[in-house]
Amino acid sequence: MTMPFYVSPEQLMKDRADFARKGIARGRSVVVVQYDEGIAFATENASRALHKVSEIYDRIAFAAVGKYNEFENLRVAGVRYADLRGYSYDRQDVTARALANAYTQTLGTVFTTESKPLEVELVVAEVGREPDGDQIYRLTYDGSVADEHGWVVMGGQAERLGSLVGDAWQPGMTLPQVLQLAVRALGAPPEDGGEQRTIPAAQLEVAVLDRTRPRRAFRRLAGPLLEDLLEG
Amino acid sequence: MTHPDPLASGRLPAAFTTPGSSSFVDFLASYAPSLLPGNRPLVGVEQVQAPHGTTIVSVVCAGGVVMAGDRRATMGSMIASREIEKVFPADEYSAVGIAGTAGLAVELVRLFQLELEHYEKIEGSLLSLEGKANRLATMIRGNLGLALHGLAVVPLFAGFDLDRRTGRIFSYDVTGGRYEEHDHHAVGSGSVFARGSLKKLWRPGLSPDEAARVAVEALVDAADDDSATGGPDTTRRIWPVVATVTESGYLRVGDDELARVAEAVVAERRAQHARGGER
Repeated sequence: MTMPFYVSPEQLMKDRADFARKGIARGRSVVVVQYDEGIAFATENASRALHKVSEIYDRIAFAAVGKYNEFENLRVAGVRYADLRGYSYDRQDVTARALANAYTQTLGTVFTTESKPLEVELVVAEVGREPDGDQIYRLTYDGSVADEHGWVVMGGQAERLGSLVGDAWQPGMTLPQVLQLAVRALGAPPEDGGEQRTIPAAQLEVAVLDRTRPRRAFRRLAGPLLEDLLEG
Repeated sequence: MTHPDPLASGRLPAAFTTPGSSSFVDFLASYAPSLLPGNRPLVGVEQVQAPHGTTIVSVVCAGGVVMAGDRRATMGSMIASREIEKVFPADEYSAVGIAGTAGLAVELVRLFQLELEHYEKIEGSLLSLEGKANRLATMIRGNLGLALHGLAVVPLFAGFDLDRRTGRIFSYDVTGGRYEEHDHHAVGSGSVFARGSLKKLWRPGLSPDEAARVAVEALVDAADDDSATGGPDTTRRIWPVVATVTESGYLRVGDDELARVAEAVVAERRAQHARGGER
């Protein structure tokens, strides 16, 4: 008869966290930055159909890195959650904070109770009427949540790219400025002394939550418009 | 709300994360069926007294379609509201107007708008105009039980077809039957008179402005002969709701513009009567 090995809870959690982190680090990074008229999202993604950044509700967007099937499932759940809430109450009662709570509970429960944690990292962002009202929540595979200010980078090399964005970002930057900053960070060399890549507009997935738009603030930027913004 | 709190169990319930469906109505049916408009039992009630919306007209114009509705809701012989709005944007490229029980109709429109937006967000693309028309038919069919108690909802749906590049109109019956209409159509209590008017005034290739005027004239004719349809109210300055749907999307005609059109229509009729001499 075989005896099951004893594994300490610390070791179990550490193994799961390492597993999830490895999965997430394989993907390309997503940069989320606040600008004067909204919040911008940028990532390197050649596909026009399989998005990493999407609309959840009027003023709420979602960005993810990691396994596509897992974060796509969470995205659809978020759209259903937001639409149900807006239908039961009112459109203005749908908030990023409530959605982030729903996600964090889901990620946390899966992390502790299921055999495999979700290999995803998410950002839920809501744009306010004024820059002070903007909210950016970063959610990790274990269900922890952080309220970020100004910018977030997640995915492979998140720390390295994060320091590049953090050093250059300041409040009140314009859309072309933050997009150039984000794309410069995405094309940064993986280690010191490497060569900076220039990512063509066709290889980028860029979207904004534009606070000046009346109802649905989410808008994708592509083609000539994006090229113009990147040239600045 | 009667459905359980989605977070009571700690995580989003399985209904939220089940892949496959892009329909909000299907999701509601499985997760919170009590929120569906057609899903309420009516016990021992023969007929319910509730406000009814009246006349909606729609007219095809060059490069799109125009929809207009009067502003009256009636309850029996009483005027329940003189400024109700019965024409709504369904999404960027379509409009829906409603005749019938006002409360149910407004709820149905809200659900229909959400259904289209939900699909767009989940799929990342717009439904075809036929697809939208069929979804509306399914939702009307779900209301048949209430329709048998006198709480019918009869919408008129019109939109710009992005594939064919033309405006199209769809009408419905209470059983969810969907019929494509050509050139123009009207629904509601004043529709008989509005249709007669449209037949005489409509011609191919109307500009959106001309079509808006034709729609307002049809409503004035309906109000002339149907007590449940309200004409332009020059005292309170309440005008019909008129919207155009073209390649550039849904656009509601402004009140100033409508005041001009409605006053022109009324003035023209007054002049015609003056010429008719004394009686």
